[in-house]
Order: sequence, then structure tokens, then C-alpha cells
Amino acid sequence: MTALLSVRDLSKHFRGLAAVSRVNFDVNSGEIFAIIGPNGAGKTTLFNMIAGAMPPNGGTITFAGEQIGGLRSDEIARRGIGRTFQVVKPFPALTVEDNVVIGALMRTNSLSDARTTASEILTKLDLIAKRDQIASSLTLPDRKRLEVARALATKPKLLLLDEVMAGLRPTETDRIVAILRDLNKTGLTILLIEHVMRAVTALASRILVLHHGAAIAQGTPEHVLRDPAVIESYLGAEAL
Amino acid sequence: MTNIWYHTNWRGKAICLLLLLAFVAAPIVADRYLLSVLILVFYFAYLGHAWNLLMGFAGQLSLGHALYLGLGAYTATALWTLFGVGPWIGVFIAIPVAAAAGMLVGWLGWRFAIEGVYFALLTIAFAEFTRIGFDHLGITGASAGLFLSVSSEGADKWWNLGGGPLLYYYISLILAVAATVLVAGLRQSSLGYRWLAVREDPEAAQAVGINIFRARMIAMLISSSMTAVGGVFYGFYYRNLFPSQVFDIGRSIELILAPIIGGLGTIFGPVVGAIILTPLGEGLTGLMQSLGINAPGAKLIFYGIMLMIIISLRPDGVWPWLARQMGLNGSRK
Ligand SMILES: Nc1ncnc2c1ncn2[C@@H]1O[C@H](COP(=O)(O)OP(=O)(O)O)[C@@H](O)[C@H]1O
Ligand SMILES: [Mg+2]
Repeated sequence: MTALLSVRDLSKHFRGLAAVSRVNFDVNSGEIFAIIGPNGAGKTTLFNMIAGAMPPNGGTITFAGEQIGGLRSDEIARRGIGRTFQVVKPFPALTVEDNVVIGALMRTNSLSDARTTASEILTKLDLIAKRDQIASSLTLPDRKRLEVARALATKPKLLLLDEVMAGLRPTETDRIVAILRDLNKTGLTILLIEHVMRAVTALASRILVLHHGAAIAQGTPEHVLRDPAVIESYLGAEAL
Repeated sequence: MTNIWYHTNWRGKAICLLLLLAFVAAPIVADRYLLSVLILVFYFAYLGHAWNLLMGFAGQLSLGHALYLGLGAYTATALWTLFGVGPWIGVFIAIPVAAAAGMLVGWLGWRFAIEGVYFALLTIAFAEFTRIGFDHLGITGASAGLFLSVSSEGADKWWNLGGGPLLYYYISLILAVAATVLVAGLRQSSLGYRWLAVREDPEAAQAVGINIFRARMIAMLISSSMTAVGGVFYGFYYRNLFPSQVFDIGRSIELILAPIIGGLGTIFGPVVGAIILTPLGEGLTGLMQSLGINAPGAKLIFYGIMLMIIISLRPDGVWPWLARQMGLNGSRK
């Protein structure tokens, strides 16, 4: 297996605060890789650097053999990294369909092609019945799904998902898990940040645990979730 | 456009065609005064489209469009009075001049992340600087103004925009219709969708591969170019130009009223807004004149009141509501 994404010594600080410090990991082509850790651990900041929303202060990010650290987010999106936002960012006044059409327009200039792609993806994510609704009128779980749909419409090689299952009911979580597994089978590599352990264990082949900006453990779920440091800092009483 | 036309129901098509027919035939029955009001309706619909493209679609507030209007007007009229270059050629020089100014304003604003209200202030500042510059530019008459003579060779010919009201009537009508068709086409293009994305959420737009700087610059390029053409029309229609009038912030404000009242970010909003607002404003002016009242600010106060009433009743503008009332589909457009 080859690494699709390689992160080396990646660091970001906000004034005094080291939000991410010297983090290393590889995501292999075709795998589902999870990042977990308590709130404020630096997970979203790590995503923002990979997606180009903010430049790193140190370290390198290599995607498909190319250095992408410090590129603009539209340049990174075009290289094949799709992302969702933890605090959802739909295009609020537009319809669900138009939100996804805009994603699809990254790969084509033809509106009818973009609409075809959009309706396939909306069907896959159970949003097709709501295609004509205005995005701002959706419930939060639907908006989270819309985030995924819009990112998928750009036909990424790597999909970054930031807590898309937060706030979902268990049945909804299972549905998303099944959808992500399907997508992964078609060759999509997924990097996900998730608090819902039920989803993490169901999906991830490997896990990275962040704590105060540093990676404290990394490996297969069986290995990582038994690690005493992880249990103490993150899983805590819940796991014991 | 083909798309919108195709998806419009028969009622929408019929109303559209009837209205167009009525405007084309209007000069048969309309007197000079009515024609002059209609010319202003078309003129404001046209400029409204230009401004709406930048604000309503790409989400960038300009309160300094008088800059492009004035540069267009001055470039074409100066070319004519100084060098005898007619407006049909002059307009192709006026466009790049105004567009260059637009690109400069856009570049400064968006390159250095001057957003929202601060960007609007930047646009005002540029229009004001330019006004002061023209106040001291001797070659165009400085603050004393630039006048188009009616007696010089060929000045009364249509190819020098020297005809009577009928010529201006049809030119303004063509401008308004062409702008509507252009805007409808852009709205339905991938570029139009990109603009909406940038307007709705720049960060999310960038995350789906949109170069937001470029999208905004293209909107500015088209908007300032269109406004320059309106400026050429203005210069030759009024046949005199004063920096204090053409670059005035009042000019920038009056051209944004029609799209706001009609419906920001809609295709027909600027047209509907201009049809509602302009006759009322002109009617008020006429009424005050016949009553012998001389209050130059009255029209602006009236526009302000209209704006408050309509925005409080129909925050999305008149057009989306009107389209629903008339049973037209696609009212959000
Ligand atoms: N734009 C920012 N400016 C300043 N501090 C930030 C910014 N973004 C995140 N932080 C801080 O960085 C730390 C990590 O945040 P974040 O990456 O959002 O954590 P997580 O996603 O793991 O909950 C937090 O202490 C947060 O307050
Ligand atoms: Mg987070």
C-alpha cells in the first residue's frame, strides 16, 4: 500500500497555544483512517491545514506525491481533497440540489452533467426527496448529510469528514456508516474525525489519537483503544 | 437564457412578450414626456442589472458605481469633443477604461481581504477621488463641465448619437433587454452558480474548488464594463457632464434602488424595480414643478421612503412576491 496522504511534523500555534504540535501520520490509499481526541485537541485545526483553510507553522503535507502545505483551499480541493465543516457551512439561500450542483461544477462546466452527478449523490445520501428545499430550512442531521453530499460531488480521492455523526440518532449513525463503507468500497479514501466510537470502530482500519495537539497513540482500533494513555486522556470513565 | 425561457410557463412567456411588444410600440402613442420617462426606466433597469450582478449574484457591495458611469461618460464624450471620435467607437475605449478602474478597486479590496462594509467604503473613496481629479482636469473642462456641441459637423447624425428622443428610446430599450438576456444567461451558467456560492459562503465556496478572488474579479469586470456603456449613454443623452454630478455618491445610490426594491440577486428584480420607482420619482418631480415648489432633495427623500416601505413589506423585493401573485414559476429567479 502507498500513502495517499503523508503528514510530517505538522504544527500550528495560535499565539501562545500549540493547537497542533509535530504530528506525523500516513493515510493509505483506500483506507478509512480516524482521528479521535477530546474537544480542543487540535483535530479541526489539523483538518484545516490539510484542506488549506489555514497555513501550517511547520512540517509538511504530501498528497499523492505532491507537497500541498500552504496552498489555497480551492487549489487543494482541485487536487482531490474534499472536506466537510464541523460547524456546517451550507449555501443557505440555495436549494439542496443547487448546493450539490455547485460542488459538481468543480469537475465539469456543463450544468446538466452537474445535475446528473448531484442527483446520483443526493439519492445515495437519502436527500433526493428534499432536493428543492432551501438549505437553511434543513434539520441539523440533514445539513450534515448535505455537507457530505457537496464534498462528494467534487469527486475527491480523499474525503475529510469532521464530526458528521455528532447529534445523529443511532439508526441515523448506522445509515451513514453503511453509506461511508459503500463509498470506501468504490475506492474513496476517508479521513474522519469522530466522537461516536460506535462509528469509529465500525469503520476505521487505523486510528490516531490527539491530545493537547500531540499524537499520543496510533494504530489499529484494538491496539489503540486498549492503550492506557488513551483510556486515561480520552475514553476515560466511559470505557472503564 | 434558453433554459429559463424553456422552463417558464406559458403565462410568464405571454406576459414577457406582451410587455416587450408594448414597449416597442409605445412611441406610436406616447408623447415626448412619456418617452423621456420610459428612457429613464430602461436606463435604470440596465444599470440596475450591472450593479445587481456584482451585489446580488457575487455578494459584493459597491456604493461607488458612479466611478464607472462617470469614466464611461467622460471617456466617450471627451473622445468626441476633442478628437471627433464617435460614440460607437468611443464606447469600446470607455469600457476598458472603466473596467481597469473596476479591476483596481476589486484587486485592492479582495487581494487584501477588505470585505463587506469596508469594501463598500473603498468603492466610495475611489469615486470621490476620481470626482476631485476631474474637478481639476482642464482638458475635460474641470469643474465647469464638458459640453457636447450640437452645431459641430455630423453632431445630429444617429451614428454620433445625435438623433432625437426616439433614437435614445430604442437604444435604452435595447440596452435593457440585452442586459436582461445577458444576466439570465450568466445566472444559468456555471459562472453564475460560482458567484452564488461565493455570495452565500466564501469559505465553503473555496472548499469546492472555487477561486473566489477570480470569481469576484470577473463579476467586477462585467459589472463595471456594463456600467461604462450606461455612462456613454448618459453622456450623449444629457450632452453635458459635471464631475460633481456624474461622480456624485447620489448617482451611485440612485442606480442601486431599482434592484433592491425589485429583488436583489433576481433576474427581473432590476426591471421591476425600475418600472415601479422611476415613474413615481419623475411624477413627483413633475408635480412639484407644476406646483412651483423648488426642493431638489425631495426626490431622494421620496426614494428613501419608498425603500423603507417596500423593504419592510417585502424584504426580498417586489419581484419574487409579484411572480408568485401572477402564478409564475421560478419566482426565486
Ligand atoms: N482560529 C483559531 N484561532 C485561535 N485559536 C484557535 C483557532 N482554531 C482553534 N483554536 C484553538 O485551538 C485548539 C484546538 O482547536 P480545534 O482544532 O478546533 O480542536 P478540536 O477540533 O479537536 O476540538 C483549541 O484550544 C481552540 O480554541
Ligand atoms: Mg473540532
